[in-house]
Amino acid sequence: MPNNRFHTIVTTVENKPGVLARVAGLFSRRGFNIESLAVAPTDDERFSRITFTVDVESAPLEQVVNQLDKLINVVSIRELDPRSSVSRELMLVTVSVSDGHRSRILAHVDDFRAYVLNENSSVMMLSLSARPTRLDDFEEVLRPYGIVELQRTGRVALPSLTDEA
Amino acid sequence: MFSADSTPIRSIIMTTHNPKPGESINGGEALVRALELEGVDVVFGLPGGATLPIYDPILESTMRHILVRHEQGAGHMAQGYAHATGRPGVALVTSGPGATNIVTPLCDAQIDSIPMVCITGQVPYAAIGTDAFQECDTTGITMAATKHNFLVSEAADIPRIVHEAFHIATTGRPGPVLIDVPKDIVDANNPRSAMQWYQAGDADMELPGYHPAGAGDREAIMAAAELIRQAERPVLYVGGGILKARAAESLLELAELTGIPVVTTLMARGAFPDSHELCLGMPGMHGNYTAVTAMQQADLLISLGARFDDRVTGRLDGFAPDAKVVHVDIDEAEIGKVRAVDVGVRGDCKLVIDALIECLAELGGPDAQADRSAWRSKVSGWQEKYPLFYEQSRPGDLLKPQYVVEQLCDLNPADTIVASGVGQHQMYASNFWKFDHPYTWINSGGLGTMGFSIPAAIGAKVGMPDRRVWAIDGDGCFQMTAQELVTASVEQIPIKVALLNNGYLGMVRQWQDLFYEKRFSGVELGPDVPNYVKWAEAMGCVGIRVDSPEEVAPAIAKANEIDDRPVVVEFRTDPEENVFPMVPSGHTNSDVVVHPAQRGE
Repeated sequence: MPNNRFHTIVTTVENKPGVLARVAGLFSRRGFNIESLAVAPTDDERFSRITFTVDVESAPLEQVVNQLDKLINVVSIRELDPRSSVSRELMLVTVSVSDGHRSRILAHVDDFRAYVLNENSSVMMLSLSARPTRLDDFEEVLRPYGIVELQRTGRVALPSLTDEA
Repeated sequence: MFSADSTPIRSIIMTTHNPKPGESINGGEALVRALELEGVDVVFGLPGGATLPIYDPILESTMRHILVRHEQGAGHMAQGYAHATGRPGVALVTSGPGATNIVTPLCDAQIDSIPMVCITGQVPYAAIGTDAFQECDTTGITMAATKHNFLVSEAADIPRIVHEAFHIATTGRPGPVLIDVPKDIVDANNPRSAMQWYQAGDADMELPGYHPAGAGDREAIMAAAELIRQAERPVLYVGGGILKARAAESLLELAELTGIPVVTTLMARGAFPDSHELCLGMPGMHGNYTAVTAMQQADLLISLGARFDDRVTGRLDGFAPDAKVVHVDIDEAEIGKVRAVDVGVRGDCKLVIDALIECLAELGGPDAQADRSAWRSKVSGWQEKYPLFYEQSRPGDLLKPQYVVEQLCDLNPADTIVASGVGQHQMYASNFWKFDHPYTWINSGGLGTMGFSIPAAIGAKVGMPDRRVWAIDGDGCFQMTAQELVTASVEQIPIKVALLNNGYLGMVRQWQDLFYEKRFSGVELGPDVPNYVKWAEAMGCVGIRVDSPEEVAPAIAKANEIDDRPVVVEFRTDPEENVFPMVPSGHTNSDVVVHPAQRGE
């Protein structure tokens, strides 16, 4: 289940050329390990969001955040503790359906609430959006059938909702 | 419509230097005008293909352009200027090799927090990424060597970006900012350079992610004051941030109010007067015994604008083992980066010290402070037992470098600016010169850039023309940047260079002497080639050679009399001389090794 080593940091950055390189360069030169990275525009075209998961055993979280904060193009930073946040990741996977495995794979698709996006007589393309650990499980289940190709997006996250008093 | 061969876009700036808002102007003129409006009075630079269009309007500018002989010189001059004046230094270099040659000064300014703005030419915007002539990825290369950098894409952005660059360079933790300017947007002959002039102010800045620290949290400052009040063996550990914050006077008040001894790091020499009874001098690997040991035995370190550099702490797990830590820094990322803190305050050092003084007054002022008399007598005992020490040379022997530095210090005014290179001579200068004024010591502390002193001294002299400026250099360093003495001669910048020539890369030699069984590898330069006096003369300087102790004072006096050109005084010094005290690498500061003659007492 959630591994407390990995914290998610959600940053809002200026949507300018080279900003991702600045962030990646900072992680590299300070020796912070990135476990996962997702970049996408926001509803405001001036800004993008970079969400990354860092190994807090490679560097204190505070140091990662403080160094990030010094990048002029980083506008805001939010740390999400795995115990109090919700994270999701998307996986696309193409799996072999030869040897008559199609029906068994479809059963796993039902189990995991995944989708069939595309198929032909030999392979089937599936998608699953779920907690990162659940993607790991799905991958394990599919592996024996023969994974032809697999891509994950990197995780995105938001804080968990709490009851309003 | 403009075309590439249309009449150059020239504006009224050529005659009045004062375009009106909305007036048509080209990007090159806008860049020059924007620099003038930031108060820039001097630019250190060297032109090239990509900066031709910027150099044209410079002819009409109020700014002085100083033509350097190598772009590294431009960068270190800008640093020296900034060190001495507190104003940002400006360098202007061309694309490709011009930009790569200034990476070292940018790195140096970044690690030592020196405000500077570097403008680099770039190939035309449309040619970026094509491996054009003299193209390099300047913003990519300098990303980690600057506080921030910009690649300008439109002429209309120039005034705003210049203002942002100076704002970023000079506020918060100061540092170098680079503006990469493609040729087309400053080229009067190119329609892409056309723009309407505006003077950019703070309201025009688009820096939503930049929030430099201010006064510091009052509650944390009060907690720090309480720790200070109770401490029986405290030390004020003062770094270069004190100077950046212009906080030397506040520091003096705090030290005198509390009676707490002060150590000034390599970057902070002069921030607290060496002649003050509370001053312990420089700590660290080559600090004096008392400064090193006082920190080591302290029960509280009050770190003001310092960053627990490895050269100060020695082996970290044995550094100041009993000390609580109050860490004041404008850069939050420094607080707790190296050493865990008991109280951290993110803020401007001057504002925080002033608030600390108020809080200490609220806590009862000097009378409420813990009794520190035992601590002070312990400290003065160390000072008495282990002062800075060297053995005078015997008749006929080569000069002792420490003696040269002492003589230089004695024979020059107290406000003389000293710029140093990196190595043994830097440690002799920082220890044996007595600094009683802030902003009189300029060196490359963090990066340790050999060759720093001559260009830095030139920049300092340009910024402070009425002050005497001495570069204290080694022979290894001298050979790296001596060509800038040509700049100094031609531009009539009369610096003085004390060249401590021991014929070796002395600091490396010292380590091989002490830790590699005297197996000297790759360190021998030889004292005779080049002939430094002739070289100095060839560069338009006066050259003087000194071999014996009795020649030292007259040579310095002679150098001080010459004010119409640079002077190089070559002192032949003893290559066997080593810097002591020394904390061997990998050891804790408790293992500080004093001069051989002081051991075993």
